[in-house]
Amino acid sequence: MQAAEKNPPLTAVKTDPVLLRVEGAFKYFPMSGLAGLSVRAVDGVDLEIRRGETLGLVGESGCGKSTLARLITALLPVTAGKITLDGQDITRLRGRRLRRIRRKMQMIFQDPFASLDPRMTVGDILQEPLDNFGIGTGRDRRNRVQELLRLVGLNPNFNNRYPHEFSGGQRQRIGIARALAVNPSFIVCDEAVSALDVSIQAQIINLLQDLQHEFNLTYLFIAHDLAVVRHLSDRIAVMYLGKVVETADRNDIYDRPQHPYTKALLSSIPVPDPAVERERALITLKGEIPSPVNPPSGCRFHTRCPIARVPGVCSEVEPLLEPHGARDQSAACHFAGQA
Amino acid sequence: MAQTLLRLEDLHTQFFTSRGVVKAVDGVSLHVDVGETLGVVGESGCGKTMTALSILRLLPEPGRIVSGKIEFRGRDVTKMDDEEIRDFRGNDVAMIFQDPMTSLNPVTKVGFQIEEAMTAHNRFTASAARTRVVELLKRVRVPAAESRVNDYPHQFSGGMRQRAMIAMGLANEPSLLIADEPTTALDVTVQAQIIQLMKQLNRELGTAMMLITHNMALVASLCQRVVVMYAGRVVEEGPVEQIFSSPQHPYTWSLLRSVPRVDEARKDRLVSIRGLPPDLTNPPPGCKFHPRCPFVIDRCKVEPEPPLEEVATNQVARCWVLMRNVNEADMAAAKTSALSVEAAQKLKQDMAIQPADEVHTNAGG
Repeated sequence: MQAAEKNPPLTAVKTDPVLLRVEGAFKYFPMSGLAGLSVRAVDGVDLEIRRGETLGLVGESGCGKSTLARLITALLPVTAGKITLDGQDITRLRGRRLRRIRRKMQMIFQDPFASLDPRMTVGDILQEPLDNFGIGTGRDRRNRVQELLRLVGLNPNFNNRYPHEFSGGQRQRIGIARALAVNPSFIVCDEAVSALDVSIQAQIINLLQDLQHEFNLTYLFIAHDLAVVRHLSDRIAVMYLGKVVETADRNDIYDRPQHPYTKALLSSIPVPDPAVERERALITLKGEIPSPVNPPSGCRFHTRCPIARVPGVCSEVEPLLEPHGARDQSAACHFAGQA
Repeated sequence: MAQTLLRLEDLHTQFFTSRGVVKAVDGVSLHVDVGETLGVVGESGCGKTMTALSILRLLPEPGRIVSGKIEFRGRDVTKMDDEEIRDFRGNDVAMIFQDPMTSLNPVTKVGFQIEEAMTAHNRFTASAARTRVVELLKRVRVPAAESRVNDYPHQFSGGMRQRAMIAMGLANEPSLLIADEPTTALDVTVQAQIIQLMKQLNRELGTAMMLITHNMALVASLCQRVVVMYAGRVVEEGPVEQIFSSPQHPYTWSLLRSVPRVDEARKDRLVSIRGLPPDLTNPPPGCKFHPRCPFVIDRCKVEPEPPLEEVATNQVARCWVLMRNVNEADMAAAKTSALSVEAAQKLKQDMAIQPADEVHTNAGG
């Protein structure tokens, strides 16, 4: 406090390039009937998302990326740790203040079939958030709904139709329009294009990019498809078993991956080019992802790592996420860059 | 000349529904050579799965093969009686499906299910089948195969289950394995392992493979030849290298450019195909792709559908325009999104009147 008075920040939080900061976030789900045991879905994550950027979050099923998204959007309480949006700690918010912060962050979900209420018209679906937050008059809201439909390339007269009358791609556009309705600054896209056919996927990816540009949005883009993530993101974070193992600029992470898991992940993605495919060397990981109930000691990747020293430092000491490789690149590995 | 294993000629498969006749497979001709890997690509509803199910005569109701020929080693599959078709399935052609969980019986041991696939075909004696199960599981690289034969499907991970399905598919040494989206439900590292396994098996056993997928990258990785389907029709076919380096049908071109490549820094927007696949009860006149084609000309709408014509050595395409006649500017124009800039401007004005940023001013206390 005193230090701040002596040397006051130039203009409060607004100049902070970081919009969202995750500090030491943990989420344990206790297992009923098994006293003391819990699923460590998110197990100590630090992350920063800067204003106007897209952070891509990748990892395989069960690595905790969706749980982390739910912590960030305050849909789940953290077990421990701090998450700040615009300098405000959202993990301690309750009631009205939580509702206010929710207006600034919205989510787009994977399944456009399950995430829209089948008994509501599209107009009602889009108007609901406006009603919830008491935005404008009744007429304002109805107008806004029409504009939102037009924004995502749908006929504004479709507001009386029901979700089942739309295709998957159109439904996903409705989901996007709903997220934008309350003018958020931060949007979490959780596998938002994974369920769509390739040509439709491209429509949605282009739309998300255009919207980011128009509305100056910040995205957290979660997906298992590294090619899509690289295309959309400015920076990429890789998760493994509840932890972030590497973060870097989207090109650095591909050109110079520092963590052996990132390397293996990248090597397993096929490229639509037969000439490249003939040369591609696959790094096969041994075994399966261990249980998040009882993660391995030391580095939790050591059981599958091709360069682990076991027994030794890898099975005994947990590596920290530290700068390695390029500027702005960090990896949690004792032998970063040596694979 | 390679020997032809399977040949489809003008195959028509239709579904007789209350809404009308759905022409799921609408005159498909293709072939698979002995030991070859063929990719069949297209989006959901293009008829690729129905083509595969027609080959095995496993069409769900109310689907029927209406006309056309399915020739396997010179025998017409459409004319086989029940006994012959049972013998054909598994012994000659086996199929693996997308979801390995629903294709395995959850209450029976994995080993027994593979064994059953063999004893059902009288090809191996019961005792020979039992020893062969372990051998097969080893072949598909299931670790500790000797003990895992006694596991139930839920004890297997997704990748292991798909391996078990492949083992079952290979049990009777078929000469063709049809894999319908075999890796779509799997994580990327596991997907890579399964594709690598299929490659190895193709090499080791000489089993021909037909990979049905929407993922062009998988085709590039596994296949020698590719057939592109749209609205129940083959629109382009050729060797993988040619199709990927010089696609001639606008649909193939769009499919290839609608997916980002992981090995490329973002240079460009993606090509997005406008609109939706057609309703197969009432497909559009002329070229079926014309309502969505970025390079459409009048001829595509008024004339009957273009024929499959040779566009290069071994490469055929069904198009009046062909990509080699399309200029760069028109290609760039295909990279659209649905965004309405006008609506965006209007919304920004509205939102400025009702700012969402009241959090700071009100949350102070």
